[in-house]
Amino acid sequence: MSAPLVYRYDIDGENFTSAGEASVKVKKSLRQLGLSQDIIRRVSIAMYEGEINMVIHANGGCATVSVYPEKIEIVLDDKGPGIPNIDLAMQEGFSTAPERIRSLGFGAGMGLPNMKANTDEMKIETTVGVGTKITMTVNVNR
Amino acid sequence: MKIREIAALAKAQVYCCEEFLDGEVHSACGSDMMSDVLAFVKDQGLLITGLVNPQVVRTAEMMDMRAILFVRGKKPTPEILALAKQCEIVIMASELRMFEACGTIYESGLKGGVLQ
Ligand SMILES: Nc1ncnc2c1ncn2[C@@H]1O[C@H](COP(=O)(O)OP(=O)(O)OP(=O)(O)O)[C@@H](O)[C@H]1O
Ligand SMILES: [Mg+2]
Repeated sequence: MSAPLVYRYDIDGENFTSAGEASVKVKKSLRQLGLSQDIIRRVSIAMYEGEINMVIHANGGCATVSVYPEKIEIVLDDKGPGIPNIDLAMQEGFSTAPERIRSLGFGAGMGLPNMKANTDEMKIETTVGVGTKITMTVNVNR
Repeated sequence: MKIREIAALAKAQVYCCEEFLDGEVHSACGSDMMSDVLAFVKDQGLLITGLVNPQVVRTAEMMDMRAILFVRGKKPTPEILALAKQCEIVIMASELRMFEACGTIYESGLKGGVLQ
């Protein structure tokens, strides 16, 4: 396995206006690499949902995207409150987002299931009071 | 349908990326919830929304959409326009309400497209 191309971003949790900036940058980079539109869109949606989650639920964090010849791996790491019940959080429609977030167009409880649907693998490691690390993989079939 | 025709149907003002007005979109999605757009949209090229914030543009960009139509007289901010230019997404704004905008455009032949 050759060394991956790695993109790393700090996600600002203070500022909702900038939420999603990293995903836009990643999408541009992936386009330059000439990956297929389907792969790029799946990676973009999964990362964007995860990035928004880190901003609205975890006060920011860190995103790392590694591009290997056969797969793209997205790691989202935060020091937020953690997820007490992963099964519940994964259910469509479950959301703890306050009304303020809903008025911004998010908080339908669709993000985590959408991340799973758009990736080939998704692993959630979380500890209440410590943080959450989500690792997602999208396979590239060339 | 050409984006230009959509602007005319909705009596919308075009705010940026006029050079892409002859681009074609084959279906559209109307929603104020970006969560739903991200989860349910498949190949819609046009987003019709009453929500005005930069995440609308980023959401459209993630979904490979070509144009955004703001309804209910909402005006795009300079920040939204800067982002849209960077992403090459046409920004339009109409006085019509969501239901009227969707209805007018649908009636003229643009459909909802496939759900995921
Ligand atoms: N990084 C995170 N840290 C802490 N809690 C999280 C994190 N990501 C998700 N959650 C919790 O899981 C719930 C479900 O997340 P999900 O992304 O599915 O929905 P949402 O973010 O509330 O709404 P949507 O994604 O539709 O805008 C959240 O409401 C939140 O309680
Ligand atoms: Mg979410």
